[in-house]
Amino acid sequence: MSHEATLHGHDSHGHDDHGHHEHHDTFLTKYVFSQDHKMIAKQFLITGMVWAVLGGLMSVLFRLQLGYPDASFPWLESILGKWAKGGQITPEAYYALVTTHGTVLVFFVLTAGLSGTFANFLIPLQVGARDMASPFMNMLSYWFFLAASVVMLSSMFVETGPFSGGWTAYPPLSALGDASPGSKTGMDLWIIAMALFVVSSLLGGLNYIATILNMRTKGMSMTRLPLTIWALFFTAVLGVLSFPVLLSGLILLIFDRNFGTSFYLSDIFVNGVGALSNEGGSAILYQHLFWFLGHPEVYIILLPAMGMVSEIMSINSRKPIFGYMAMLGSLFAIAALAFLVWAHHMFVTGLNPFLGSIFVLLTLLIAVPSAIKVFNWLTTLWRGNIRFTPAMLFAIGFVSLFISGGLTGIWLGNAALDIHLHDTYFVIAHFHIVMGVASMFGMFAGVYHWFPKMYGRYLNNSLGYIHFWVTMAGAYLIFWPMHYEGLAGMPRRYFDFSIWESFKQFAELNRFISTVSMIVFAVQILFLINFFYSIFKGRKVTTTNPWEANTLEWTTPINPGHGNWPGEIPEVHRWAYDYGKDGKDFIPQDVPVGADESSH
Amino acid sequence: MSLYLSIAIIVLIFVVIFQIAKASEYVSILKGEEASRKQNNKINGFLMIVFLVLGFVGVYVCNEYLYDKTLLPQGAASVQGEKVDQMLWITLIITGIVFVITQVLLFWFAYKYQESDNRKAFFFAHSTKLELIWTAIPAITLTVLVIFGLRNWFFFTGEPPKNAMVVEVTGKQFGWIFRYPGHDNIFGKKYYKNIDPATNSVGIIWDDKYAQDDILTEQTMYVVKGQPVKLIIGSRDVVHDVGLSHFRLKMDAVPGIPTTMWFTPKYTTKEMKEKTGNPNFAYEISCDQMCGNGHYSMKGIIEVVDQEEYDLWLAKQKPQYFTAFPEKDPTAAPVVTDSTATAKK
Repeated sequence: MSHEATLHGHDSHGHDDHGHHEHHDTFLTKYVFSQDHKMIAKQFLITGMVWAVLGGLMSVLFRLQLGYPDASFPWLESILGKWAKGGQITPEAYYALVTTHGTVLVFFVLTAGLSGTFANFLIPLQVGARDMASPFMNMLSYWFFLAASVVMLSSMFVETGPFSGGWTAYPPLSALGDASPGSKTGMDLWIIAMALFVVSSLLGGLNYIATILNMRTKGMSMTRLPLTIWALFFTAVLGVLSFPVLLSGLILLIFDRNFGTSFYLSDIFVNGVGALSNEGGSAILYQHLFWFLGHPEVYIILLPAMGMVSEIMSINSRKPIFGYMAMLGSLFAIAALAFLVWAHHMFVTGLNPFLGSIFVLLTLLIAVPSAIKVFNWLTTLWRGNIRFTPAMLFAIGFVSLFISGGLTGIWLGNAALDIHLHDTYFVIAHFHIVMGVASMFGMFAGVYHWFPKMYGRYLNNSLGYIHFWVTMAGAYLIFWPMHYEGLAGMPRRYFDFSIWESFKQFAELNRFISTVSMIVFAVQILFLINFFYSIFKGRKVTTTNPWEANTLEWTTPINPGHGNWPGEIPEVHRWAYDYGKDGKDFIPQDVPVGADESSH
Repeated sequence: MSLYLSIAIIVLIFVVIFQIAKASEYVSILKGEEASRKQNNKINGFLMIVFLVLGFVGVYVCNEYLYDKTLLPQGAASVQGEKVDQMLWITLIITGIVFVITQVLLFWFAYKYQESDNRKAFFFAHSTKLELIWTAIPAITLTVLVIFGLRNWFFFTGEPPKNAMVVEVTGKQFGWIFRYPGHDNIFGKKYYKNIDPATNSVGIIWDDKYAQDDILTEQTMYVVKGQPVKLIIGSRDVVHDVGLSHFRLKMDAVPGIPTTMWFTPKYTTKEMKEKTGNPNFAYEISCDQMCGNGHYSMKGIIEVVDQEEYDLWLAKQKPQYFTAFPEKDPTAAPVVTDSTATAKK
């Protein structure tokens, strides 16, 4: 089948017998070991959703501890057993939950779930290809991701617990099983899961890049690509260049943990064990390696959301995206700068102050392309004719959150302020708003927008509206007050604040935040119900182009088979943003340029 | 029982919401797609303005409730901290202005330009002039912030004044150890393999002639008001962080790689108790870098006192050497061995 799909990819004449191989599809080849990019996208999406629910649930559990540190919940003990003795989460369990929440949300949900889903789904459909450059590699990418998921999940069930040293896994804590029980078997499994994950994202990323560069349909020049594709392209480039660095860092960590090397270890005396023989290593080296991935990673998470938001905003404003080339340039600038700012996570590690100052400069420089993007989105709305589909609402929500969270980045990027705010709740508020919730909004926007293409049915609109407004209000209610906690210096990753004279005044606020977070989580369940119900029972799509959009995916049949277009792949004659041009509401990309048409 | 009840109620609410949503979908099919889209547009457009207004009300209310709970009203307790606060205000004003303008435009545009039969979307693909404007303005503003920030950054990370007292801070799971150099003002050398939790918690090399008057204390550090203090920070096991929120500073404690930080405390602990009206006020050292399961309890205290009180306190401290070797009691002649110590100042 892979051969066939590849053949079709190069086949611009089409086949009248195109659908014939679908007769050979068994359940296994169609749903499980599928090489159809659309099915792989759905696999990524649903696995990502499972992780989002688990990761969200974890946050509800540790918010329970933060909000009600003195209360006892007997039902917790019946679920978590020894991790919640007497109905109270133990510090071990709390840190395991926090760590797994971070790892899972950053990598499994917002990397695999977001770019895995939409890069797979949209790249062939929007560039006009029958499938990915290598459908087989694409399938492998999903299966490595699933393997990573299984290993990560299994780490929850080992005797000493899952890794509990924070998602950044700084050694020596992550290297020494004697320093924390979570750093025993749990950490080995964490590293294996991450290594598998890196393989998955490299297989995916190479495929995305190859497909975008080589498999565009006739007429689809690079500057006619929709911004979604550009964003996914830069995302893939970032991933391919930075994930190997994480892998190398983790391999050194494996050596330090198991084979007695001293890459990261030096001068260590562990309570109850004594002095270790390791000398000469640098714990800071790991942080450099980690953040060399870690910072591009936040753009790996953010860029696909930006791309989809640009697309959805333009469609639903019935206007071209304002400043296509500037949007493209700013994407490029953000992607390039992503590699030059990693040490802003390390201002207080004893970094050379001069080096620190360079990173301040480069970090704040990112605000310029970010500002361009925001103003261009605003101008796209200006004098539009806006349709508030749920996808559009989430796109607008994304911009609002991106502004709020982006501006606090200017605080934290300035080393002289970071020296006060570093590792406080201010940071939590900042990155949850700008990266976590904003990208999640981008993902929701994408799901609402492309659900009709995925399943041939609509999601329920009313549920979508409830989902958006509650989540939007909830996101601000949860994270906005956290800035104040950060301004009081309240540190992250604290199990309990009651012994701290400086931070205990926020007990009431913590309770409030915890309550809101549970409501917001409940509303996400509503979304899940909507999602799975609508796959089978949702309102059917009756037209090929329900949003009246220009891009190529809407020229395929309502339920496209493997190969996407039954006939020839359409030829592209224009960019993707001819909305409202010459009095016409929209002109799809495959419509030839008329003789009397004005240029934009 | 109440658990099952609340689960039942939540499920019931979900069912009700879901049924209403289903029903509204049928209604919209009956009314026609066009009509229901218009209605949805009206509702959501209105909600955009509601959200904007309620949002700003929320920001105000939040500030009313929480401002007093931050450290800003009591002010910074160090010279450095005052500079941090000053920068914080400048940054707040600049980002605040941008925040208000962009959020208002976003929600206002969304409301104002909601779909209407009387309007055609304006085909406006790009404008180099506009784009240059909003490239230049942020660039200039950020330059100002960078200049301000770096001036402070180099002050914070620069050399402390000559009269600074020096204290060595060592983090361990889960507490802090402080070492004072003693009368000679020079720390004795140390090596981590000499660590003995009971008598030599930082691994001092006793043969070093500068080592024998070194003073070790745990959990509480004494410093003098108005005198710059330089911390030499290290860790015994994993990465910790000396977080001094009242002084607005922090620095990681990394095993094997010493870091430094200095500050000038402005108020004694006693003065801060009066200033904040809180008799329990303490300058707490919080560990700000995830260091294990006891991370949240890794607290230290800084007592800022005046010179007189400090001298009294110091006079009462016994060099650690005599704890390690009680047989060499203070009245006997001190054993001085010749060694090649390097001076640390």
